[in-house]
Amino acid sequence: MADSKAQSVAFVRKTPIPQAPPPISEAGPLAWIRTNLFSGVFNSILTIIAFYVVIRFVMGVFPWFYNGVWDASSIRECKDKLDGLTGGCFAVLADRWDHLLFGFSYPPEGYWRIVLSFVLLMVAAAPLLFANLPRKMLYFTGFFPFLAYWLIWGGSIWVSMTLLAIIIATGFIYRLVAIQIDVEMRKIVAMGIGAICGVGLAYLLYLGASELSFIAGSIGTEGIVALIANKAFWAASIFTYVFFIPMGIFIGYAIYNSYEDGGLVSVVAALLFFGVAISYLVGPIWMGVNFILPIELEAVASRDMGGFMLNMVLGTVCVSLSIPLGIVLALGRQSDMPLIKGVCVVFIEFIRGVPLITLLFVANVMLAYFLPPSSNFDLILRVIIMITMFSAAYIAEVIRGGLAALPKGQYEAADSLGLNYNQATQLIILPQALKISIPGIVNVAVGLFKDTTLVSIISMFDLVGMIRGPIQNSTEWISVYWEVYGFGALLFFVVCYSISQYSQWLERQLATDHR
Amino acid sequence: MKKSVFFGALTVAGLMAGASAAATLDDVKARGSLNCGVTTGVPGFAEPDADGVWKGFDVAVCRAVAAAVLGDGSAVTFVPTTGKTRFTALASGEIDMLARNTTWTFSRDVDLKFEFVGVNYYDGQGFMVPAELGVSSATELDGATVCIQTGTTTELNLADFFRSNGMSYEPVPIETGAEAVQQFTAGACDVYTTDRSALAAQRANFDTPSDYVVLPEIVSKEPLGPLVRHGDNEWGDIVRWTLNALITAEELGVTAANAGDIAGSSNNPEVKRLLGAEGSLGEMLGLDAEWAKRAIMVEGNYGEVFENNIGEGTQIALPRGVNAKWTDGGLIYSPPFR
Amino acid sequence: MTTITEPSGSDSTGAFKLSMLLNDTRYRALTFQFIALVAIIAAMAFIGGNLVRNLAEAGLNISYDFLGTQAGYDINQQPIPFESTDTHGRAAIVGLMNTLIVAFLACVSATVIGVIAGVLRLSPNWLVRKIMSFYVEIFRNVPVLIWILIIFSVLINATPSPRDFRGENPAASMWFFDSFAITNRGMYMPKPEFGPGAWFVVLAFVASIIGIFALRRYARNELFDKGRVVPILWPSVALFFVPVILVQLIMGSPISLEYPALKGFNFQGGMGLRGSLIALWFALAIYTGAFIAENVRAGILAVSKGQTEAAGALGMRPGRIMSLVVLPQALRVIIPPLISQYLNITKNSSLAIAVGYMDLTGTLGGITLLQTGRAIEAVLMLMMFYLIISLGISFFMNIYNNAMKLKER
Repeated sequence: MADSKAQSVAFVRKTPIPQAPPPISEAGPLAWIRTNLFSGVFNSILTIIAFYVVIRFVMGVFPWFYNGVWDASSIRECKDKLDGLTGGCFAVLADRWDHLLFGFSYPPEGYWRIVLSFVLLMVAAAPLLFANLPRKMLYFTGFFPFLAYWLIWGGSIWVSMTLLAIIIATGFIYRLVAIQIDVEMRKIVAMGIGAICGVGLAYLLYLGASELSFIAGSIGTEGIVALIANKAFWAASIFTYVFFIPMGIFIGYAIYNSYEDGGLVSVVAALLFFGVAISYLVGPIWMGVNFILPIELEAVASRDMGGFMLNMVLGTVCVSLSIPLGIVLALGRQSDMPLIKGVCVVFIEFIRGVPLITLLFVANVMLAYFLPPSSNFDLILRVIIMITMFSAAYIAEVIRGGLAALPKGQYEAADSLGLNYNQATQLIILPQALKISIPGIVNVAVGLFKDTTLVSIISMFDLVGMIRGPIQNSTEWISVYWEVYGFGALLFFVVCYSISQYSQWLERQLATDHR
Repeated sequence: MKKSVFFGALTVAGLMAGASAAATLDDVKARGSLNCGVTTGVPGFAEPDADGVWKGFDVAVCRAVAAAVLGDGSAVTFVPTTGKTRFTALASGEIDMLARNTTWTFSRDVDLKFEFVGVNYYDGQGFMVPAELGVSSATELDGATVCIQTGTTTELNLADFFRSNGMSYEPVPIETGAEAVQQFTAGACDVYTTDRSALAAQRANFDTPSDYVVLPEIVSKEPLGPLVRHGDNEWGDIVRWTLNALITAEELGVTAANAGDIAGSSNNPEVKRLLGAEGSLGEMLGLDAEWAKRAIMVEGNYGEVFENNIGEGTQIALPRGVNAKWTDGGLIYSPPFR
Repeated sequence: MTTITEPSGSDSTGAFKLSMLLNDTRYRALTFQFIALVAIIAAMAFIGGNLVRNLAEAGLNISYDFLGTQAGYDINQQPIPFESTDTHGRAAIVGLMNTLIVAFLACVSATVIGVIAGVLRLSPNWLVRKIMSFYVEIFRNVPVLIWILIIFSVLINATPSPRDFRGENPAASMWFFDSFAITNRGMYMPKPEFGPGAWFVVLAFVASIIGIFALRRYARNELFDKGRVVPILWPSVALFFVPVILVQLIMGSPISLEYPALKGFNFQGGMGLRGSLIALWFALAIYTGAFIAENVRAGILAVSKGQTEAAGALGMRPGRIMSLVVLPQALRVIIPPLISQYLNITKNSSLAIAVGYMDLTGTLGGITLLQTGRAIEAVLMLMMFYLIISLGISFFMNIYNNAMKLKER
C-alpha cells in the first residue's frame, strides 16, 4: 500500500525542511531593538531622551578618567601635569590610600591584622549567610569575635580568650545546675544564690534610694517645681527604704523556694557566676597565663582607628550587638506585662523618632555626664553604645513584624503542647519569626552601615571624616573633592550592593511557602 | 614585660580611658602620653602629613608640653576636635589640653569654666574678596554674601560688624575650612571671613593667589591660645610656663640647636634658671630641672616654631607682625623666669 | 503566653507559697515586673546621681535661661524675620520652621521622583529600565551624607555665580524673560506684590478653584447617574485662568510681580531659595526617591496580573490602567513603607549641617549650643523637637493609611 502510494505521487519529502530563520524584523538585534526600545511613539521618545542622557553622562565623565593623573604628590603637581586638560587627580588616592582605608594613626605594620580580620569575618559570616555550608563552621563564627577583638585592638590574646573561657564556663554551670545535680544539691545551691540575690537586690535598692535622696537634696528648695520635685523624691526614697528592701529579701527567699524548678535556679546561678567572673577573675587569669605564655600584638587605642576600617568596625560591631538587643526589645514589646511592654515601646519609639545625629551628639557631649566621674569611656565606645541602641530599635521593629506575621496557630500550638514561655519562644516562635525577618534585618544593617558615616560630624575620622578633615585641609591636597568623594561612594557601593544582592537572593531562597 | 602588662591592662579596661578632673599631671604621667585636642586640619596650624604625623604651630605647643612633662615630644595623642566637640572634650577630661585656634573670650573663660594659659598667636578677623570685585574696604560690603566657618566667634563678630555699620549681609555658614574655600572660589559667596592667619594660609594655596585680596580691616581681637580645665591650677601652670619658656627662649636667644649646652656657656642668670642650671623652677612645677630645655629642644623656641610652620619661608608665609617679640615691637611677651 | 493555670481543687485550697512568685504564672509576671521596676529605678538613680555630681564638679547647672538671651548671629533662610539681636529661642523656632520646610519639599518631590522611577523600572523599554535600576541602586547603596556633599559640590560648581551675570557679554543669563535666575547662591524668582484691591483677585481665584471642584463633582454625578460624559479639562482650564485675569484687568492690575535683579553683590528683590536649601532638598529627594521607587515597584508587582489583564480586556489604555487600576491598589502596599520614608527624610534633614542650611540642628543644635555651651539642654530640646515632628508625621500618615486601607470583614 505504502509503495503504491509512493509511486502514484511525483515527490514526497522524506526529511523535514530545516527551520528557516525568522524574518529579519522578528528576530536578531533589530527586532530586539524594536520591541525593547522603539515599541511605540512614547517609548521611542523615552529611548531618545535616555540615549541623550547616557551620552552626555559618558562624555562628561570619560575625559575625567582618561586624563586622570595617578602619580603626583600634591594638587599643584597634579594640575601641572594635567596642563589645563579636564581630568581627575586620582593621585590623591594613591598618596593617601592608607589614610582612607585605615586612618593615619593605626600602626602601618599592623595593617595585615585588619585585613586578616575582615577576611576571617567573611569566613565567620559564611555559615550564617549560606545555610548549606557545614554547621561545624558555626564554632568558628562563635570564636571569631574574640579573635577579631585581639587582632584589631592588640594586646594579649589571653584577654579575649579568658572572656571566651568564662562564657563557656557559664554555659557549663547552667547545664550543671539545670541537669546534672540532684534536687538536694540544687536546694543547697538555691539557698546560696537566693541569699546572694536577696542581699544584692536589697543593696541595689538601698543604693538607688540614697542616690535618689542625693538628687533630691541637690535640686534646691527655690521655686514651687523644685519644692514638689524635692518632696516627691524624698517620698520615693523613703518608700524604697521601707517597702522595696524587704521585697528584695522576699524575692531572694522566693528564689530559694523555687529550687524544684531547675531552669530558673540554673539561669540565676549562671548569671551570678558570669557577673562575678567578669568583675574579678578576668584580670588575674589573663595576666597569669600571659606571664607563662605571652602571645601579644602591639596594642592600639580605639581612637587610632579611622578611615573605611572605622566604618566597617562600627557597622559590624553595632549590628551584631544590636540583633540580640533587638530580639529582646521585640519580645518585650509583645509581652503581656504592662511595665515591660511600656518600657520597650517608649524606648523603641523614642529612638526611632530622633535622628541618629542627635544620638551621636548625646554620645559626644552628654553621655560623659551620665557616667561616674572617674570612669570616662572614650568616644568610640560611647558611639558604639548609641549606634547599637539606634539599630536595636529598628531591628526590634523588623522582628516584631516577623512575630506578628506568624500565624496565631503557632503560638496556640506551642501552648497546647505544654511548652512554657521560654521553650515556646526558643523552639517555635523565634526560629520562624527570625527567618521571616532576615531580609528586613539585612536592610537595617545596610542602612546602619551607611549611617556610620555620620560619625564624621562629631569629629571622628571615618572615611568621610578623613576626607573632610585631614585630606581636604592638608597643604598638599587642599580642595580635592570629586576624586575622594567618588572613591568613598565606590567603596560603600561595593559593600552595600553586595549585601543587598545577597539579601535579594536570600529572599528568593526563603520564599518556600508560595509560588 | 612590664610594658606589655601595662598595655594589656589598658585593653582589659576595654575601651576605657581613665581621666579625672583633678591631678591631670599624675594622669598624664601614668598614661605616658599627653592627650592634646587639635583641629581636624588647618594648614600650618595643625595637619597630619602623608605619614600621619601631626605638624603645625599649635601642634608644637602640645609637643613642647609633652616633652616638658614626659621627656618625649612625640608622646602626644592628638585628638581631633571640631568647633562643636572641642569644649566638651576638654570639660569631660577626654583631652588634657586644647591647642586649637581657640579665641580667649570672657564667656569661655568664666562661663564655660576654662582656663586660658596664654596667647600663642594674636589674630584678628579679616575679610577676603576676589580682586575683580574692586572692593577696597570692608565698609563697602553692604548686601554681600559672606562665607563663615560655624562654631567660632567669627559669626558673632560678623553680625556685630555689619550691624554697627548699618549694613546688611547674607551669611553662609560652612563646617570646614576646605568647604568654605570651595564655595568662595566658586563664587558662591563674595566674601570669606575668618581669622586673618587662616585667610592668608588658605589664600596661599589658591591656584592664583593674586586674584584675591585680604581687606585691611580687622574687625575683632582674636587672641588664640592653649587652654585647660578650671580647677587644676598645677596643670595650668605647667602648660602656661611651657608656653612662656618657648617665648622667653626666643628673647634670650636659646634655640633648639644650642639649648643643650648654652646653660653652661652663658653668663645670663635667666638663661641658667630657664634651662635648669640654677634655681629650682622645675621642682616648683612638680617637674625636673630640665623641663624647659626639653620643651625648647623639640621644635625650637617660639620664633623657630613660627618660622618653621607658618613663617615667611613656608607656603603659608605669614609675617610676624604683632606676633613679633615685644623687644621688636610685637605683643609676644612672657613674664620673667624668676 | 496566655496560659492560665486553672487552680485544681485540692491545691488551690493550699495557702500562698513563696515559690509561687516565680513558678506560678499568675504571680510570675508581677515578680518580673517588680524586678524590672527595681532595675529602672536603679538605672535612673545611677544616671541622675552621676549627672548631678558631674555638673557640680564642673560647676555647671541645668538652665534654659539661654533661650531668652540675645543670639548674636544671623540666619540666611528666615521664614519669619530674624535679626542677630533676637533671642536664641526665636532662632530655634526659625530652625524648626526651616526643618519643616525642607522636609516637606523633599517629601513631596521624593514621592514624585519615586513614583516615576518605580513605574519606569517596570517599563517595557530596556534602556529606560536599566537607567532606572542604575539610579536606584547607586543611590540606595551610598550613604546619604556623601550624596549631600557631592550634590552640594555639583550645584556650586555647575551653576553660574552672580558675577557671571554681570558685564556687557555675561557668561550666564536669566531665564524666562529675565524673571528667573539660577545661581550657585540660590534660585531667584518673581514675587507677587499685593497692591490695593488685591483682595478681589484672590477672591476670584478662590472662587474659581471652588468652581472647578463643583464642575468635577457635577461631571462625575452626570457620568454615574446618567452615563453622560461632561468635558472637564478645557472648562477647568478656562475657569482657572479667565476670572482671575479678568478681575486683574478690571481692577487695574492690583497684583504685580517684583522681579529679581542684579544689584550690588547679589540678586535683589523677588523671592529667593538659598543654595543650601536647594542642595539639601534635591539630595534628600533624589536619595529617598530611590527607596520610594523600590517600594512603588514592590507595590505594583503585588497587584495581581489579572487586574491589568482585566482592565486591558475592558479596552483601557496602558496609561489609564496604571493610574486607574494598578496604582490605586498598589497604594495600599506602598503607604506604610512610604510613612517610614517620610520619617527618614525628616530625620536625614538634620544633615543640613553639612551644607550649612540653618535647620533645627544648625541653629539650636549648632550655633546656639556652641555659643552658649548649654550642651545638655540644647541636645535634649533638639531630640524633643524631632520626636514631636516624627510622632506628628506618623500620626497623620496613620490616619491616612487607615482611611485608605481595604475595609475588610
